[in-house]
Amino acid sequence: MATEHIVVNCNINGESQTFLANERDSLLEALRDRIGLTGAKEGCNNGNCGACCVNMDGRIVNSCLVMAAECEGSEIRTVEGLAMGDQLTPLQNAFLEQAALQCGICTPGFLVAAEALLEENPDPSEHEIRYWLAGNLCRCTGYDKIVKAVQQAAGQSIV
Amino acid sequence: MVTAQSQPQSRETEQYNVIGTRPIRHDGVDKVTGAAQYGADITLPGMLAGRVLRSPHAHARIVSIDTSKAEALAGVHAVVTNADFPRAADEEIDTGEGSANLRWVLDNVIASDKVLYKGHAVAAVAASDHHIAEDALDLIEVEYEVLAPVLDVRDAMVDGSPLLHDSLHTRELDGSNSDNASNTASHLQFTKGDTEAGFAEADVVIEREFETSMAHQGYIEPHNGTAYWRADGTLDIWTSTQGAFVVRDSVAPLLQLSPSQVKVTPMEIGGGFGGKIPVYLEPLAALLSQKSGRPVKLTMNREEVLLATGPTSGTYMRVRMGAKSDGTITAADVHLAFEAGAYPGSPVGAGAMCSLAPYDIPNQKIDGYDVVVNKPKTAAYRAPGAPQAEFATESVLNELAEQLGHDPLDMRLKNASVEGDTTAAGMPFGVIGNVECMTAAQESPHWQSELEGPNRGRGVAQGFWFNIGFESSAYAQVNGDGTVPLVLGSTDIGGTRASIAMQLAETLGISSDDVHPHVVDTNSVGYTQVTGGSRTTFAGGWAAYECAMDIRRQMEERAAQIWECDASDVTYGDDAVVRGPADEDGNDRQFSFKELAGQLATSGGHIVGRADVNKTSSGPAFATHIVDVEVDPDTGKVDILRYTAVQDAGTAIHPAYVEGQMQGGVAQGVGMALNEEYFYDDSGDLKNASLLDYRMPTALDLPMIEPIIVEVPNPGHPYGVRGVGEVPIIPPAPAVRAAIANAIGVHMTELPMSPRAILNATVLDDE
Ligand code: FES
Ligand code: FES
Repeated sequence: MATEHIVVNCNINGESQTFLANERDSLLEALRDRIGLTGAKEGCNNGNCGACCVNMDGRIVNSCLVMAAECEGSEIRTVEGLAMGDQLTPLQNAFLEQAALQCGICTPGFLVAAEALLEENPDPSEHEIRYWLAGNLCRCTGYDKIVKAVQQAAGQSIV
Repeated sequence: MVTAQSQPQSRETEQYNVIGTRPIRHDGVDKVTGAAQYGADITLPGMLAGRVLRSPHAHARIVSIDTSKAEALAGVHAVVTNADFPRAADEEIDTGEGSANLRWVLDNVIASDKVLYKGHAVAAVAASDHHIAEDALDLIEVEYEVLAPVLDVRDAMVDGSPLLHDSLHTRELDGSNSDNASNTASHLQFTKGDTEAGFAEADVVIEREFETSMAHQGYIEPHNGTAYWRADGTLDIWTSTQGAFVVRDSVAPLLQLSPSQVKVTPMEIGGGFGGKIPVYLEPLAALLSQKSGRPVKLTMNREEVLLATGPTSGTYMRVRMGAKSDGTITAADVHLAFEAGAYPGSPVGAGAMCSLAPYDIPNQKIDGYDVVVNKPKTAAYRAPGAPQAEFATESVLNELAEQLGHDPLDMRLKNASVEGDTTAAGMPFGVIGNVECMTAAQESPHWQSELEGPNRGRGVAQGFWFNIGFESSAYAQVNGDGTVPLVLGSTDIGGTRASIAMQLAETLGISSDDVHPHVVDTNSVGYTQVTGGSRTTFAGGWAAYECAMDIRRQMEERAAQIWECDASDVTYGDDAVVRGPADEDGNDRQFSFKELAGQLATSGGHIVGRADVNKTSSGPAFATHIVDVEVDPDTGKVDILRYTAVQDAGTAIHPAYVEGQMQGGVAQGVGMALNEEYFYDDSGDLKNASLLDYRMPTALDLPMIEPIIVEVPNPGHPYGVRGVGEVPIIPPAPAVRAAIANAIGVHMTELPMSPRAILNATVLDDE
């Protein structure tokens, strides 16, 4: 079957980008295969793991469920856009200090999701953190250290 | 450059400078910035994308495959089927989790005459992009003759049930093969004492039957494999694997290449838990690359991962155990029937060896059966076989304690294996932390606390895993500024760059930040076994220790050369100061590590330390877990209220990653206990092949998991390491079962103990 290609203009991590998407590309596929940003990961490709989580126009989305063509004019932030140059965010540092990753495949999604939580709710309770992050699966950590990293980034004392 | 400095943190043991601290892992910054390159992240010039066509049937004969229409589709570069592979030799190869017949390895990679499970690979396509490759799959015509599937281990063992393999005969206890073809690949047995005499001595005997469902490792990263078959006949493979050498040594014989023609580069890996030891995509990508002359990347989607990789065995188990009224266990009879999936090789042997190991029971008989069924070939999953087997034995032990009115930890302590005891499998115990874990659990705030409220209960269980050693390699050079790049062959799946580098740093007396660990390809380091078996920090750390000792010796020699004295008069101290005899004027002579490093280039050349170890010993691991649950009697849903995991780590090299292994193991164990199951219909169709329906624990399903690290150093390791990854998945299921029984008085007999199962049990109970 013939494939249409679509020109998409958007802003990714503060840079305006124009790319050619296959009409069947999801945003995740466009980011990874067309633009070369492989930080967002594919864990399930149907919205159930959060590994592909990116921020789109201020909202976190599973990029595997967004069509690339829908991104015309959008502002997108991926894990690659969190650190300011060589300055990690407090959350990224907290992930390192709390050992909140083992294999690290879920980490980009958790970071993007948790940054959005902290923007909306700078002092979340443990339950609020767990609730917000319930769309992100981690198979390695049992979540303890991820929750603690978010608490640390929120300036809370960690037990 | 992005940098993250390790915070100096207080040491948790006085004995060591580096071991027991919590430095930031060396690969950490890459992994929080999205820079780390996992298997699917690779792009090569001219690379094609591939997809795999999979069987829609659980059991069928392949009558014909016609790939011509797919090959004709614009953008398709190559299509392969089993017929494109060289005929596999009838030989056993090392698969990293035991051995397997090469023919079966090939048939599992891509079906030959029959498909044996839904999702079994039938053909593979390489195209200019994955959308086209997917379209091409629809154009491949496969004619099947559908056969009756056999889906349950007990059905499969019955004479006259449909056979998966006409050539499979049961390997009996005496080593002979059964006359008739069978789905039972082998029967194994371990015995000790006289069980019937033991049961005669018992005041109470309990017998229970259990069924457990297949469960998947559930790593978040799907399988991938990229290959480039060069014109000179050499093959490059990039993949997410737990063992690059195992991939090399599986792919080379499948393609009839020399291992020297195959180079495997392990990419960062997004979890494995045993499931990323076997090869699935790599041989297909290789052949597609050979046919197309281009690099080919294959990736699985989640449905394929669930249908066609992993999982761990479903089982039928029966345990009979007897004890005297004082709590002494007199006899145990364990029957384990494990589903291997489509080809022989379930972990029933390991399950059998572990099943009663925590206890010194004088009379034991343990039977294990390895049985093929029309489901995916099982792969290792964290302490393979032990979570099922110990679920059965620990559960019956808990019921014995309950019936006899003993505290379950007291009863375990009364029967606990200690140094000098030998298991039924003939494994003698050296210094172990079995009792220490039980005692630490008894003393824990959790065990000491009261649990109140309706439908709430507490349970406890023990776990045992033997851990393994085997081959690891480490090379390290000393740079002029005193930093040390360390080259390793072990895939870093959860912080082992750090745990191995820390042992090198400890031995050299330098900071762990001055060691720069790198995981390299199979041509760039000595043979290294898989990251699995809880062996990597143990054997990799041992290699690092010996590598560092090699550097120390060479640096002593170099200092002696510079000082023009005898090398035997020079000592490399644990403080990383190299001291020699006083000079002619009586002044002390010494070099710091950095000073001497700075002089290497001009005093005779650089120094490389190296070590290749092969350790057949290991340090067994024990764990004791305590859990509080609340059961919703209306829905059957079980909530975990509180969880404490006690474990003997031997020595905790990086305690944060030890805790992480414990917590992650608990989460997987709780998933296995409560939710995770392979749900097949009668035709062998897996009905829950998505992460929505294959329900793994989320952050909201779990409380904080309190880790208590016990350290009974393993005398068989330079730093007392035992290995920590596997044992924590074992106790959760029996502990949760005991807690449910304590909460609502129902003793479950299946895994998972899902809301459906609990309602079934409670409704049946009421009738
Ligand atoms: S890959 Fe998008 S949610 Fe899993
Ligand atoms: S760290 Fe491996 S999935 Fe989260």
